[in-house]
Amino acid sequence: MSHQAQLLPGTLDLLILKAVSLGPLHGYGVLLRIGQISQQALLIEQGALYPALFRLVRQGLLKASWGTSDNNRRAKFYELTVPGRKRLREETREWDRLAAAIASALAAEPEKA
Amino acid sequence: MSLLTTFQSLAARWLNRSRTSDDIEEELRSHIQHRADDLERSGLNPAEAERRARIEFGGSQRFREECHEALGGNFLETLAKDVRFSLRVLRKTPGFTLVAVVTLALSIGANAVVFAALNAFILHPLDLPRAESLYSVHRVTDNSANQSYPDYLDLRDRNRSFEDLAGYNILQAGVDTGETPTRSWLLAVSGNYFDVLGVTPHLGRFFHGSDERGANSAPYIVLTHAYWHSRFQEDPGVIGRTVQLNKHPFTILGVAPPAFRGTLLFFSPDFFIPMVNQEQLEGVNVLEARGTRWIFMTMGHLKAGVTPEQAAADFTSVGSYLETTYPKEHGHWTYVLERPSLYGEYLGGPMRAFLTALMLLAGLILLAACANLGSLFAARAADRSREIALRLALGATRLRVLRQLFTEALLISLMGGALGLWGSVLLLDWLRAWNPFPQFPFYLPVVPDAYVFGVALLLTLASGFLFGAVPVRQVLHTHPYEIIKAGSTGRAGRRITIRDLLLVAQIAICALLVTSSIVAVRGLERSLHGDFGFMPKNAMLLATHMDMAGYRGEAVPVMQKRVLEAMMTVPGVTSVGLVDWPPLTTGDIPGASVFKDETTDLRPANAAVASLIFKISPEYFRTAGSVLLSGRSLTWQDDKDAPSVAVVNQEFARRIFGSAVDAAGQYFKRRDGTRVQVVGIVEDGKYESLTEGPKPVMFLSFLQSPSNQMSVVLRSDADPQHLAAAIRSKLGEVDSGLPYFIQPWSQAMNLVLFPSQAATVALGILGMMAAMLSVTGIFGIAAHSVSRRMRELGIRMALGAQSREVLQAALGRPFKLLAFGSTAGLILGILATRVLSFIVYQATPRDPLVLAGSVLAMFLLGLLATWIPAQRALSANPLTLLREE
Repeated sequence: MSHQAQLLPGTLDLLILKAVSLGPLHGYGVLLRIGQISQQALLIEQGALYPALFRLVRQGLLKASWGTSDNNRRAKFYELTVPGRKRLREETREWDRLAAAIASALAAEPEKA
Repeated sequence: MSLLTTFQSLAARWLNRSRTSDDIEEELRSHIQHRADDLERSGLNPAEAERRARIEFGGSQRFREECHEALGGNFLETLAKDVRFSLRVLRKTPGFTLVAVVTLALSIGANAVVFAALNAFILHPLDLPRAESLYSVHRVTDNSANQSYPDYLDLRDRNRSFEDLAGYNILQAGVDTGETPTRSWLLAVSGNYFDVLGVTPHLGRFFHGSDERGANSAPYIVLTHAYWHSRFQEDPGVIGRTVQLNKHPFTILGVAPPAFRGTLLFFSPDFFIPMVNQEQLEGVNVLEARGTRWIFMTMGHLKAGVTPEQAAADFTSVGSYLETTYPKEHGHWTYVLERPSLYGEYLGGPMRAFLTALMLLAGLILLAACANLGSLFAARAADRSREIALRLALGATRLRVLRQLFTEALLISLMGGALGLWGSVLLLDWLRAWNPFPQFPFYLPVVPDAYVFGVALLLTLASGFLFGAVPVRQVLHTHPYEIIKAGSTGRAGRRITIRDLLLVAQIAICALLVTSSIVAVRGLERSLHGDFGFMPKNAMLLATHMDMAGYRGEAVPVMQKRVLEAMMTVPGVTSVGLVDWPPLTTGDIPGASVFKDETTDLRPANAAVASLIFKISPEYFRTAGSVLLSGRSLTWQDDKDAPSVAVVNQEFARRIFGSAVDAAGQYFKRRDGTRVQVVGIVEDGKYESLTEGPKPVMFLSFLQSPSNQMSVVLRSDADPQHLAAAIRSKLGEVDSGLPYFIQPWSQAMNLVLFPSQAATVALGILGMMAAMLSVTGIFGIAAHSVSRRMRELGIRMALGAQSREVLQAALGRPFKLLAFGSTAGLILGILATRVLSFIVYQATPRDPLVLAGSVLAMFLLGLLATWIPAQRALSANPLTLLREE
């Protein structure tokens, strides 16, 4: 698993919002979806997912309801709310700007005299 | 998120705590099941799949708590959990808990009491509107605030700095409300007094400046709330009633509010009258006498924008006007503005210094208590290092562990603080009701107000955090793996730590206080059996004032003689004498300058001595038990028609005549030129205070120098209660309208014994607290040292060490600290005795009992403190110890 990258602090929330934006998911599903959309490149500690989910619910960005999973097991499903969708858009823009800035900073060549 | 939603969430989580927990539980379980399903699909058997899923998930307890935290309802929940856990831990070690709580209760209680005194006497002495601009006017020259009535009027009308100027004087009067007349202390005040202070009546009305229209024009009374309560049972119907003061009718106008007892602390008068009526109480009109400075104090509010310095300069300029206008009555005086509550700097200065020092000492005691509890806590944390390591290994964060330890510390400090505050409130209640000097209206206005509670709470929380913080570093540096592997490791530190120094300082203070309190106790014991030049034992005093029953001039000695004769008939009384002020019952006995017979220029500068004066009846010496050394006593023939005579004490004779042997028969002169013949020499004694040096004293006959103030001394070995009853009934036969006060002479001496008694009690209490702190301090350090080195001790024993050697290894250091601190404290104590000798009678450190007592006390304290750790060290069983690790 050494090729998997540690998450930058603060990015877990963004990833969860993104994963859920593609359709309602239960907790384990979120984990699988993140793995899938990141081509298994990001490592998320399984238990650490839940405090983040709860935090997002409390901030009103997600809403949760109990239902039945494909495995026919009881599970809590998470859905994006309207403020959640807005937040995802903002955070994505923010991230793009940051990534571009860092990329351009790293691409800088020594100036020629 | 808004505050409201946070709060709602908090409340909702709190209310649905168990539901939330179940919810989290179920969701985490569902996650693990889903993961297990996946693993099963990849070919694992169900049991193995579930196991793997659990392992992958990680420390579920930690995530559960984090989930709670993320939901926002965690704080209260964690707190409740921590409190429950802490209570369980504290219950498991009741000894530790008790020591910690009692230590804190004592130190916080002491701080609360001292702060209450500081608050009541210095910080907020007067509960009056605009108290900050209220100043009294004092003369710099003689450090006094008294004024004559004409001077007061001039100062009031000619100054430009005060809004108005009020004055008051302290008087006694006989009060007759139709029942038995009683003696009362009162304030004779200027008419504008209440208006200047801004006090409003609780009931009825006050008198004003406009009520004053010359001498005896305003026969009005304003009662204090306390007197209205005790004498009139708060009857609102007293308004408008007439009562007799010294046989003159006065009308009750109103009642002052409960908090108002005049502006002089410790003095609680019964009522107020206008000072223009002073003649009716004092018998002489002094309203016109510019040289008679009978007004005790004057005060007022500064005008806005005027500084105290400017106002003082203003008063000084009025003073120089008076000096040029009335040169006979005035010197060159400068004025200064001070605070009225403690007679300016005269009492205020020493009081502030004393209370500040006491506050500092109390603060130090609390600090030392915190240091001790801190080291006890650190020792406990070290003992519990396994528990802590286990919790860390199970996934608890260090913050969480620290939080729990702080909860424990705060719980202890809150329990201690609550207990301490409760005790101090009880003590303050008792102090307010306490009057060690029944002849004076003494009142300690120590009320536990919001300030006191606030400070106590603040100190409680601060000390909890302070001693809770000591083990923090230790916990932060705990490596769970190392500890569980190796057991607690003890590095035997040889470094001198701050904790060691603090402990030595504590022990030194303790030894100092122990030595001082033994010195004080010995001094007090001596002073109770000392040689005063009279025998207070079995002597009863009947104090009264002839003015109170309306006796004036010639009638006074006649009436006094009748009282003496009546007292002779009281059963069981062997002898009766009269004296104006009995020795050692007041610190302020009248005196006068005395000149040698050959002196002709009787200027004050030429006086030979300043002598105290007692006015006595012929039988006084025999009754008081004073020994006449030569010559004769005064007789009934030494009356106002006979030549002036006096009995003097040895010191007087030595100072005036050079020797006490042949003084009888010689003459001295008074200020007015009267030649007085010495007829007898009486032994020296103590007159104003126990610690005073020899003082020259003359005894004059009350027939030649009349005095309205009188105390009858009755010698009898009858029971004081019965005797007092018999005296009352005999006195009633002579004049039922004469107010009086009866108490044993030994009780009346409380006033002069008070400083040494107070010093003894204060030193004793502080000494006990210091002793207790030293015990817990030594105990903490010894227990810590033993518990850290248990394994080493076990090995030593296994290798054949004797008990003595084990003890030496375990307790050598605490004992060294004890010995060092005690020695320092004893030396300090011996030095401090010099200071003590100002307050305590015959305080001397060269008393073998004091030294032996102190050394023994310190030794016992050390033994007490190290007993339990020593037992523990000796019980070190090498086998179990080594196996346990």
